[in-house]
Amino acid sequence: MTMIEAIRDAIDTMMARDQRVVVFGEDVGYFGGVFRCTDGLQEKYGASRVFDTPINESGIIGVAVGMASYGLRPIAEIQFADYVYPGYDQIVSEAARLRHRSAGDFTAPMVVRMPCGGGIFGGQTHSQSPEALFTHVAGLKTVMPSNPYDAKGLLIAAIEDPDPVIFFEPKRLYNGPFDGYHDRPLTAWKQHPKGAVPEDYYSIELGKAELVSEGDDVTIIAYGTLVHVALAALEGTNISADVIDLRTLVPLDLAAIEASVQKTGRCVIAHEATYTNGYGAELAALVQETCFYHLEAPIERVTGWDTPYPHAQEWDYFPGPARLEKAICRVLEGTALAEGAAAQANGGANQ
Amino acid sequence: MSGTDLDALPDGGKHADAERPGVTEESRWGKSATGASIKGANALSLHVPEPVGRPGDEPNFSHVALSAAGEVSRPAVDAYAGDIKAHATSLVRVLSDDHEAVGEWAGATSLALCVQGLRAMMKVRAYDERMLIAQRQGKTSFYIQCTGEEAISCGQRLALERGDMCFPTYRQQGLLLAQDYPLLDMICQVFSNSRDKLRGRQLPVMYSAKDYGFFSISGNLGTQFVQAVGWAMASAIDGNNRIASGWIGEGSTAESDFHSALVFASVYRPPVILNVVNNQWAISSFQGVAGGASATFAERAHGYGIASLRVDGNDFLAVHAASKWAERRARSNLGPTLIEWVTYRAAGHSTSDDPGKYRPKGDAEAWPLGDPIDRLKNYLIKQDRWSEAQHEQTWTALQEEVRAATREAETYGTLNEGPKPSALEMFEGVYEEMPEHLLRQRQKLGV
Repeated sequence: MTMIEAIRDAIDTMMARDQRVVVFGEDVGYFGGVFRCTDGLQEKYGASRVFDTPINESGIIGVAVGMASYGLRPIAEIQFADYVYPGYDQIVSEAARLRHRSAGDFTAPMVVRMPCGGGIFGGQTHSQSPEALFTHVAGLKTVMPSNPYDAKGLLIAAIEDPDPVIFFEPKRLYNGPFDGYHDRPLTAWKQHPKGAVPEDYYSIELGKAELVSEGDDVTIIAYGTLVHVALAALEGTNISADVIDLRTLVPLDLAAIEASVQKTGRCVIAHEATYTNGYGAELAALVQETCFYHLEAPIERVTGWDTPYPHAQEWDYFPGPARLEKAICRVLEGTALAEGAAAQANGGANQ
Repeated sequence: MSGTDLDALPDGGKHADAERPGVTEESRWGKSATGASIKGANALSLHVPEPVGRPGDEPNFSHVALSAAGEVSRPAVDAYAGDIKAHATSLVRVLSDDHEAVGEWAGATSLALCVQGLRAMMKVRAYDERMLIAQRQGKTSFYIQCTGEEAISCGQRLALERGDMCFPTYRQQGLLLAQDYPLLDMICQVFSNSRDKLRGRQLPVMYSAKDYGFFSISGNLGTQFVQAVGWAMASAIDGNNRIASGWIGEGSTAESDFHSALVFASVYRPPVILNVVNNQWAISSFQGVAGGASATFAERAHGYGIASLRVDGNDFLAVHAASKWAERRARSNLGPTLIEWVTYRAAGHSTSDDPGKYRPKGDAEAWPLGDPIDRLKNYLIKQDRWSEAQHEQTWTALQEEVRAATREAETYGTLNEGPKPSALEMFEGVYEEMPEHLLRQRQKLGV
């Protein structure tokens, strides 16, 4: 399955199992969503459970809070993460705090899904990765899958979760595992092991990272699209790295990070979002707190620049494999590996 | 004021500016702040609305459009919104100046229910008075009264059924007290003490009572209005027969949440009553700052095709009858109704406010729609269902009931004295299960 099909399958699976699940958003109903994630669901479950909404994000999320407090399990789609800001107050001041402020009298078990990230020439209004605006908020869980198998399992877990979950879908991964080499042909998910998605119900516990590559030299912490960029950066090098796909940002699998960095002594953090106060800053602080005496080199962060997401300069902004590889070389400086890798990097693509 | 009205004025509506200190001919007609040269009388000027009276002025409510009691018709419950547009500018009133219930909206409320409503309103007032004293004594940080507005929440609550859900603001304590919600629970919340059901987490008066159809008050303004619409949509999706009631102040209708609520209510026609309590003041800003001088708040529903009424909020019978009308519409799947309740905030915004600094003295007493408790009392006396003696007796008994509940609440502590919720409570309930990072933070604090 593609990631789109996996997401649709997760919603379908849950709508069939649980009458309380409803899904809505802009163009979500008859048309099935601009990315087709809800295609066919209105026909299958009826317009009162799958419907179009006005172009009004604060309304979409506001009614979701009301529905969740009633006892439904709403899934609200925000067409692009870049559009979520009018609904931010309803997420931050309402959904996130309802359980706490009412001492459990009311809760908001709901999922806000949104495509994020660049790589499709979407410019500054169709490319952002605002996850840190949500990881900063007490009461929210924040998820970002990197492949179809995880997308289905995590989305099912998010729908079943008793608390509000912000679910980011890296849109550059919708149709294939994007490694950052935009000038190479797209690989389809059906050629990737994580594209094999069971049709049955399964869930992946929120807060559990996955070690997608195992090694001793360095730890690379990534999520979403950057997981594939990290693997691409290591390809053809002699570097043996732990690549951790966080999958869930809050709650965070700190134990997985700790175990890995204490083993490797070196750490590179990668995300597509902007650098300053990005989630990488939190990760770097945590690594410093928990692994300081094991660190052999300063922690590196490879991220988008602190600029709006540009249009024509998209690939200068995007933290591709070459930039990541250079960072890996810096943390390996002084080791024999670094020299070999540096030579490799200089001969590689100019990302 | 519309554009054509401005043109009709000899100076194009600029006289108000010219009278203000600091506005000189030079600043008006000389060089602009950005250095642009201005062509004399063609210079634009910004309309900043001002209330008719400020401190030192005599109270003046000549701008409030009133209808006589009994004058406004009662449309059929299934009336089409477009056919009752006049109801957004007129004022539904039942109680006349000589204490009779008159017109088509009369008769919806039994005398027994009126007595129940009167007691509820008196209880709200006794409660507010006691809590104000408690705040002044330092037993809590903050309190909000609803003096003068008691009829609206009490009257509407008595028109709803068990299982319906209200999404209130902080001035609808009547929704709880009209149902005999335990005073002790309310006071313990206000005192943030060891028996506070909200465990000290929430500001005083931001109650939550699901079993009483009372949604957790946020403290942010306007957000709950669209949630009420969502809750009502959920009831319709669920095939239930429960309805929602959303509440907002006239000041907060300026928030985009108000538009969100109306557009979703317009599109999906869920069973919801959209209450706009127009008490004339949003802290120090008069209703004109929210756009109330250009059109009534009830008229805003028209652009959305939503039925709306403008109702005397100090007339218990009008409140109950109009609420019942909207309730019937909602429960019969006829969709939403917006009701503007015209009332007056007789007290300050909160214990942190001093209305003497921004509005004329004696305003509350001069308010043309009177006091809701007095009006209902006089009606019941005229109907031989109540007497001055009974009223005194009831008032004393209610004051004593509130005092006793306050004393009991104090045994569980107040904000600054006695037992209070543990610091552990702040870590609990952020999520259903405490995640590891919160466990670690809790351990750091040592709780």
